[in-house]
Amino acid sequence: MSIKIDHELCTGCASCVESCMYGAIELNNNIAKVLPNCTLCGACIEACPEEAISLERGDIKTKKIDISQYKGVWVIAEHYKNKIHNVAFQLLRKGRELADLLQVNLTLVILGANFDDKLEEFSQYGMDEILYVRAPILKDYYSDLYVKVISELVVQNNPEIILIGATPTGRDFAPRIAKRLNAGLTADCTGLEINPETKNLLQTRPTYGGNILATIQTPSSRPQMATVRPGIFKIPEKVQKDVKIRTIEYQFKEKDSVTKIVKVISKTKNTVNLEDAKYIVAGGRGVGSKENFKLLKDLANVLGAELGGSRITIELNWLDPDRQIGQTGKTVNPKLYIACGISGAIQHIVGMQNSDIIVAINKDPNAPIFHWAHYGIIGDLNEIIPILIQEFKKLKSEE
Amino acid sequence: MKIFVCTKQVPGISEVKIDPKTNTLIREGVESILNPNDRNALEMALVLKEEQKAEVIALTMGPPQAEEILREALAMGVDKVVLLSDRAFAGADTLATSYTLALAIKKILKESDSEENYLIICGSQAVDGDTGQVPPELAEELGIPQITYVQKLELSEDKIVVERKFRATEIVVIETKLPALISVLTDINKPRFPTMMGIMKAYENSNVIYFDSKNLNADISKIGLNGSMTEVKKIFFPERNGKRIILEGSPEEVVKKLCHHLQEDKIL
Repeated sequence: MSIKIDHELCTGCASCVESCMYGAIELNNNIAKVLPNCTLCGACIEACPEEAISLERGDIKTKKIDISQYKGVWVIAEHYKNKIHNVAFQLLRKGRELADLLQVNLTLVILGANFDDKLEEFSQYGMDEILYVRAPILKDYYSDLYVKVISELVVQNNPEIILIGATPTGRDFAPRIAKRLNAGLTADCTGLEINPETKNLLQTRPTYGGNILATIQTPSSRPQMATVRPGIFKIPEKVQKDVKIRTIEYQFKEKDSVTKIVKVISKTKNTVNLEDAKYIVAGGRGVGSKENFKLLKDLANVLGAELGGSRITIELNWLDPDRQIGQTGKTVNPKLYIACGISGAIQHIVGMQNSDIIVAINKDPNAPIFHWAHYGIIGDLNEIIPILIQEFKKLKSEE
Repeated sequence: MKIFVCTKQVPGISEVKIDPKTNTLIREGVESILNPNDRNALEMALVLKEEQKAEVIALTMGPPQAEEILREALAMGVDKVVLLSDRAFAGADTLATSYTLALAIKKILKESDSEENYLIICGSQAVDGDTGQVPPELAEELGIPQITYVQKLELSEDKIVVERKFRATEIVVIETKLPALISVLTDINKPRFPTMMGIMKAYENSNVIYFDSKNLNADISKIGLNGSMTEVKKIFFPERNGKRIILEGSPEEVVKKLCHHLQEDKIL
């Protein structure tokens, strides 16, 4: 297996050199040359405008499956304390779009114990079908039971696409199902599209610390599985629709899971809900100190906003870890995001770029955040924010 | 008891910057390092080694230069290191990677004479790919239970009891029988630094064990690119999509302008 470069076709344009995130291609006498540290990821093939690059796979016989046999888009729900995680509803919006493009059904899959009286309410989120697997033990999450049940359902029903929330639960069972079914799985997708020609699912995700976006596809295997972080898509508007509800009573042969839940420890402190916040005020290094976050808190209070921060504010202990926004923190999509003293490193941007309106306040006119902001204010946040608070208060009292 | 720790050599992501003029990656000065989260896995294994009689074996799959991170693991105190290296492993996605790692673990277990129990500890995710998929896929390949996102572990002869963080505010305590696999969170411990003695031992007296596709008896349709279901279609840099209206004037004026815009956009 190797990357081959057609020397006749190569023009030395260096598009491939730029596309390689491993630095494994260089120009040698104006012809591209692949270096030994190439990982065969294939990103250069698409990047070459001359189609001079190809991937030689050797003559390995791999089992080919008939992908046309797989139809339908599934969203798998997870729940806690008998409440479905919002990410499932968010995925139904995207799932509807994908299913319509493919002209197939959209199915919500729930494994649970006490959802009978809630199914009608769920049916307003735009799916064609709800597949409800019911068993007393499914009241709680067990890794092995989810893997077993979902894998069996997939084999019986052959969906082409499966969407799962990229939560600690989704990221626990999805890979194991992918392995069992030998299916391609792409983690933490921020964009999902259908290739109009091949009908393959194009899954875009941040990689390399969020510095790069990669589009991944699974051309020769089904189902195509993707996990998506909460907050990437919005919950759809409710619609009235005839939804087929299929309830499957599941009998477990083994009485229990291989794991046992000993107990659940809940922290009593107030929960921070950045993912569902309509307004967010976020601070970065430019806020200057823990004390100075008081100013941002005041602004957040006036707006009824949640407070968040970039990674450095957590590292400096200015904010609690559950308020971190970005690649290694939360992904948010509020109506309004006010970034105060945030420079705009890409690791932060990937966590907030889906906000409806982004306002940036920063002293440095060259800060990258201004490229992403809808409205930029170049200035000292200590000066701007107090005035902003006054103005917001005034507007509020006028309402 | 054997404790396997799966590690990965990754680029030092925090050093990576984008050239604002060309919108491309600046790669100069970016070193290859041991994935930071794997240090937490190593630390947990080494503490267990001290508390109980256990042999700690660190594995990685990668090019020959990945030996560096294994030397580091040796210097921290692990007993044995294994490098899975072969051109045929290149282009592996998480499915192919987990298959290959599982072969190596099975081979090591088969070659050790006793009927030992074992535990696999992984970092939750690597900073480059950031998928977190290898640990559950490895557990599935080996047919053993998995517990991911672990922050605390109690190990006894035939079982583990762990604290798994599954929401910001909830921790679930789970028990399972060995053999098992866990993936650990960052910040659960302070990984030790290699000692001088450790470094000397790592470079002088210890050997890195090499496995390739042949001595692993690997099915070539399941390794590297052939064993990978996903493929990279394209790589690109994030687009900047702001409206980029810079508001100008005195602080009072810019705030007025901002409120006006936000009202127009029906945000306020």
